[in-house]
Amino acid sequence: MSQREKTWWIVGGILIVLYALFPIAWIVSLSFKASADIANQSFLPSSVTWENYSTILTGSASGLFLPALRNSFGICLIATFISCILSMFAAYAIARLDFPGKKLILSTALGVAIFPVISIVTPLFNLWRQIGLYDTWPGLIIPYLSLTLPISIWTMSAFFREIPWEMEQAAQVDGATTWQAFRKVIVPLAAPGVFTTAIIAFFIAWNDFAYGISLTSTEASRPVPAALGLFSGASQFEDPTGAIAAAAVVVTIPVVVLVLLFQRRIVAGLTNGAVKG
Amino acid sequence: MASIEMRNIVKQYGDGFPAVNDVSLDIADGEFMILVGPSGCGKSTLLRMIVGLEDITSGDMIIGGKRVNDLAPRDRNLSMVFQNYALYPHMTVYENIAFPLRLAKMPDDEVRRRVTEASDVLELKDHLERKPANLSGGQRQRVAMGRAIVRQAEAFLFDEPLSNLDAKLRGQMRTEISRLQRRLGITTVYVTHDQTEAMTLGDRVCVLRKGKIQQVASPRELYEQPVNLFVAGFIGSPPMNFLPAHVEGGRLQTPFGSITLDERRAAAIQGRDLLLVGIRPEYFEDASLVDEAKRPLGSLFRARVDVTEWLGDSQYAYIPYEAPEAIRNQLRDLSRELDAEELRTQAIVSIDATSRIREGREAEFWLDARKVHVFDPQTGENLTRDAEAGARLTQMATEDRVEQVHEAQAQGTTVGGGGASRAGAA
Repeated sequence: MSQREKTWWIVGGILIVLYALFPIAWIVSLSFKASADIANQSFLPSSVTWENYSTILTGSASGLFLPALRNSFGICLIATFISCILSMFAAYAIARLDFPGKKLILSTALGVAIFPVISIVTPLFNLWRQIGLYDTWPGLIIPYLSLTLPISIWTMSAFFREIPWEMEQAAQVDGATTWQAFRKVIVPLAAPGVFTTAIIAFFIAWNDFAYGISLTSTEASRPVPAALGLFSGASQFEDPTGAIAAAAVVVTIPVVVLVLLFQRRIVAGLTNGAVKG
Repeated sequence: MASIEMRNIVKQYGDGFPAVNDVSLDIADGEFMILVGPSGCGKSTLLRMIVGLEDITSGDMIIGGKRVNDLAPRDRNLSMVFQNYALYPHMTVYENIAFPLRLAKMPDDEVRRRVTEASDVLELKDHLERKPANLSGGQRQRVAMGRAIVRQAEAFLFDEPLSNLDAKLRGQMRTEISRLQRRLGITTVYVTHDQTEAMTLGDRVCVLRKGKIQQVASPRELYEQPVNLFVAGFIGSPPMNFLPAHVEGGRLQTPFGSITLDERRAAAIQGRDLLLVGIRPEYFEDASLVDEAKRPLGSLFRARVDVTEWLGDSQYAYIPYEAPEAIRNQLRDLSRELDAEELRTQAIVSIDATSRIREGREAEFWLDARKVHVFDPQTGENLTRDAEAGARLTQMATEDRVEQVHEAQAQGTTVGGGGASRAGAA
């Protein structure tokens, strides 16, 4: 690559990063503006204030926000965990075994994934009310599984397919049962895949709004995205923009932390050295 | 340790294609058996059926007197080295080797003792804490072998273990495997398509073609008394030359002059017309360099040399010849089956390295008629095979093996058998 080409790549890269990060920077900036300062016609706040953060964490909006944060964490973590376990077994079977209906399972999973959420929210709302799942944690975990499972199965089976089958056969010859071979050899090797899948599944659940707003009514199970939509200003003439921005920043933090934490685990290529190099 | 018996083993895939077709083979306790053949001959499938990774369609697999057809791989107590080694990348070398012992729930100090012994034998002591990704190809190969020898398995199975190594390392590992097998005296089945490995390692070699056994014999018998065209063409490098020949009054008329056969072989080909004569490259010689005493044992002919290859210790000359259309097609089919592509009918002739025969010139050659074989072009059958002489060669190899095993075991101790073992001086 010539020097000139390199420069263009760097310039292009910076432009893309700026374009992607600008809205985030804007939200951060908004969250530090006082309510009178929101329309100050400039990007940066005239004076930095923590007012919005105290509103959502200890002030008037905390009653709405804090339980929602707890609900979101609980529901998303449980949904992610269940989805990872289920998709791990499903993907292993799909990658390893030849059984009738394998294609059907994969295409059904894809079909579920492209099914528009909004079209099943109403029937689900009615059904959940009838059977007492409305406004409960399981009432959200179950729909979240339907969102996360298809993509989890697809990603995970791609990872499983990457693992040489000889690994498992070697383990079996060495005296392992199928279960031992799976647990001691395949799962550790698939760990990067499991982490990647977990993060994707967590994001999907964490970002959901349609289910969250429709299937909940109280702080017993309302997740953060739905709670944000219910914020109100100090008076009916005031927009809760600052508070929403602050909440958005707070909600983004765990996601960023999660990615940074598992970034190294996600790096593929762990199977290097397993087979001829 | 155990013998392995196969009775009419058949492997049919879903589409009815028989990858292994009616194979019966006895492998004696402590024997080193090679399965060899061109790609797609079913040798790996057969090995995987022994270890249990492939279902057996019909027939009996008997290991140590016990029918194991329905046993899972882990219940057969065999150890296997895979072509790509199949090391566990998330474990250290130590844990890789210890894996079978850990599965057997062996106490820690026993595991340590065994792994240390195995790593001593394979000279892996300095690498025990490393991960497979940081090892060289040869070291990975040794780790895979360590995992195989660390427990007392009934037999070792190797699936082309050296095919991923470069030529030099392959030679070293070959002798290493041979030494190890002798010392441990353990039944070994070794799949390869490399005939150097087949010839040097095996006590007996089983040549497979399209899922069927062609011949099971010691390397020497395969080389000197092949049963058919396929075995004759497969064993030996450069391969045996096949020349078209007509029988005329007990003599064979070939493109390279006439060949007189001894009485036994002359009787075997009586009443035939078109035949194929199989002559190994080393049965030829530059006529000017042949001893006067040897000269009458063969025949002389003149031919134009197309290409010569001088390799320092040896020299090859390529002599083109004309063959009838039918024979040419047959030879082309054969070479294709042997994973080669023969473009023209030519004989490869080994001549002395000092010979001054030059390319493009006509030269005089001498042909040793004593060891040529004559094949039926239709069936490929070797008409002049001396079964008794062949059996004698294999018998000798068996006796040699017994002696070698005794000697090797007297010198070194076996892995897991206790005591300090001296690493095979590599």
